[in-house]
Amino acid sequence: MTRTLILGGLLSGLVLAMALLSLIWTPYDPAAMAIPDKLQPPDAAHWLGTDHFGRDMASMIMVGARTSIAVALVAVGIGMGLGVPLGLAAAARKGSWLDEVIMRGNDLIFAFPSLVIAILITAVFGPGAINAIIAIGIFNIPVFARVTRGGALPLWERDFILAARVAGKSRTRISAEHILPNVANLLIVQGTIQFSLGILAEAGLSYVGLGAQPPTPSWGRMLADAQTMVSLAPHLALVPGCAIILTVLGLNLMGDGLRDALDPRLRQVRR
Amino acid sequence: MTRPHLTLALTLAASLGAGAALAQSTITIAQQLEPPHLDPTSAAAQAIDQVVYANIFEGLTRFQGDGSITPALAKSWTISDDGLTYTFTLQDGVTFHDGSVMDAEDVKFSLDRARAEDSTNAQKALYAGITDVSVIDPQTVAVTLAEPNGSLLFNLAWGDAVIVAPESIGDIKTAPIGTGPYTFTNWVQGDRIELSRNPDYWGAAPALDSATFKFISDPTAAFAAVMAEDVDVFTGFPAPENLVQFDADPRFQVLVGSTEGETILSTNNQQPPFDNPLVRQALAHAIDRQAIIDGAMFGYGTPIGTHFAPHNPAYVDLTGQSAYDPDKARALLAEAGLAEGFETTLHLPPPSYARRGGEIIAAQLAQVGITAEIINVEWAQWLETVFRGKDFGLTIVSHTEPMDIGIYARPDYYFQYDNPDFQALMATLTATTDEAERSALLAQAQQMIADDYVNGYLFQLAQLSVAKAGVEGLWENAPTAATDLSAIRWAK
Repeated sequence: MTRTLILGGLLSGLVLAMALLSLIWTPYDPAAMAIPDKLQPPDAAHWLGTDHFGRDMASMIMVGARTSIAVALVAVGIGMGLGVPLGLAAAARKGSWLDEVIMRGNDLIFAFPSLVIAILITAVFGPGAINAIIAIGIFNIPVFARVTRGGALPLWERDFILAARVAGKSRTRISAEHILPNVANLLIVQGTIQFSLGILAEAGLSYVGLGAQPPTPSWGRMLADAQTMVSLAPHLALVPGCAIILTVLGLNLMGDGLRDALDPRLRQVRR
Repeated sequence: MTRPHLTLALTLAASLGAGAALAQSTITIAQQLEPPHLDPTSAAAQAIDQVVYANIFEGLTRFQGDGSITPALAKSWTISDDGLTYTFTLQDGVTFHDGSVMDAEDVKFSLDRARAEDSTNAQKALYAGITDVSVIDPQTVAVTLAEPNGSLLFNLAWGDAVIVAPESIGDIKTAPIGTGPYTFTNWVQGDRIELSRNPDYWGAAPALDSATFKFISDPTAAFAAVMAEDVDVFTGFPAPENLVQFDADPRFQVLVGSTEGETILSTNNQQPPFDNPLVRQALAHAIDRQAIIDGAMFGYGTPIGTHFAPHNPAYVDLTGQSAYDPDKARALLAEAGLAEGFETTLHLPPPSYARRGGEIIAAQLAQVGITAEIINVEWAQWLETVFRGKDFGLTIVSHTEPMDIGIYARPDYYFQYDNPDFQALMATLTATTDEAERSALLAQAQQMIADDYVNGYLFQLAQLSVAKAGVEGLWENAPTAATDLSAIRWAK
């Protein structure tokens, strides 16, 4: 365990714990408005202050964490669920038409700036958390397909795979039973990084009004709402801004730490 | 050695002084929206009038900053005893910016164009009662009505009835030619429009040599532009939360006035369950107006209880009839058979009164069991789905046309209020010219729509402007969409 991994794990764990806790308890109802108490700076009653409608920021951050995590998690799930099988299939039939179709399809999706397409998707199907998930998820597919294929190709040259083929196992079975476990570490690292990118993307989409719709709290929209009030009540922007930074930082550190811990080559170097 | 230096210093001082003097004869005015084009007689967009009204174009009569109607291109008029014929005498020596003379033929052309069968005038209905416009001599024109119309002079003051010339009508959208104190010089699309003083203006010469209208739609950018003194004036400042900072800054003055904008929770009167008056009454009692004014507008705005401007002498305060009372709202819903509440949609256009007000209203409706799904839309989308498509449950919008209670007499209008009694009342009002009688009828009309709880009446939109400390003569109120440059000057 490296320090990077511990720090990253702690930060990510804190956010996750906050999100889970919000399922059963928040200091206040995050949707309850108290307009006379608006724009209060942090104090004992409201740990992170109140927003422009007098809602409790701490409660909103907690529920917002849930929104972010839910969107990013499902988006990564979509990316892995579709991308990994595609990558495995492409690697198993390297050089075939199937490989070509899958990888050129990937290039096609990669060629578009992801946030622009996400905006296009939400513009066509309407803004909302579900469409944001789909938009972000689609862009995770080629990432996982590529990582899987890249990781799987050298494995296909290895003796134990050759042995499995001689034993008569089908390419599909070999992919599932031997290749997948051996690329899992790569996928975990990539998954962590994509997860942090998903949180950023959700915040970005919400910021431009295309993510989770009110009254569902969302970090990106809290930032957007704070925009004209920064000089009046800086905590309105600082609180969700720091939440996003710390979460993404935590996940990236964790991703780096995991890579160091899981990658056998790096491990050897350190020894 | 010293002499050339002195000369240089003097020249420098002189040129600097000239520069400063020059700066004081021009002004940069910012507004949020850019006009789609510059023809006020063929579009409803307020942004057009904000640039051209009383600056480039003038009508027979005009609005003053206090809301009164005064003569403009018509010097005087007489009204026949039956109230059917208005004979206008035009100002002498009025020319268009292209040098051609403005005469009765131009007036006839403009009014005939506004009321024509194929007219695209946004307020065509206002001029539909005119049966004939005839030229008596170049300085005199007679307008004949089908029936007496007490608001003709008011209607003619609108930007939609300005006098245009048949020779220049083709290019009016990009190169407007009017009779006003300022001529159009340049339009940099997406950024600014420049006007300069008309040296041949028939009336009193305005103080400023030139003016630039800048368009800044983003509230944050608006704040930055004023703070950095990139603009001298911002009319209709979009972020009320920032006004307190301008107010505390000696460099700026904040003007808080009234507009003609009744901000309402528009309700689709034909869509169940809103076709039930009990449900609409429940809505009215579920809404806490003051919370909306404080939360969305930071306190700027006057509560209203009907569709009428509070600063109008004929206004009746009916806010008590729809006071905030969530218990009563729940009871009314139960009476309507909706004790469990219901779900509806709440379409919100971009302005903060709608976006922020909508979040507050959704929270208030949730308290009485109504789930309003917030759908944020852009203006184009709003016009398409809500205004034309009538596919909505609730929406928030500010009706900024002056004296527009008449929209309730149009059953096909987007909120679809269909009450023959109200339509008859409006017909009577149009035919009434006596002021006291008109006030009584207007009071009756205000009461009728409040009794029917047609829409949720929220507040009268405030006119919020920020200007540099030395700017004088700005309209505090907005009786119509306008930025009257001729009144503006820099303090000495």
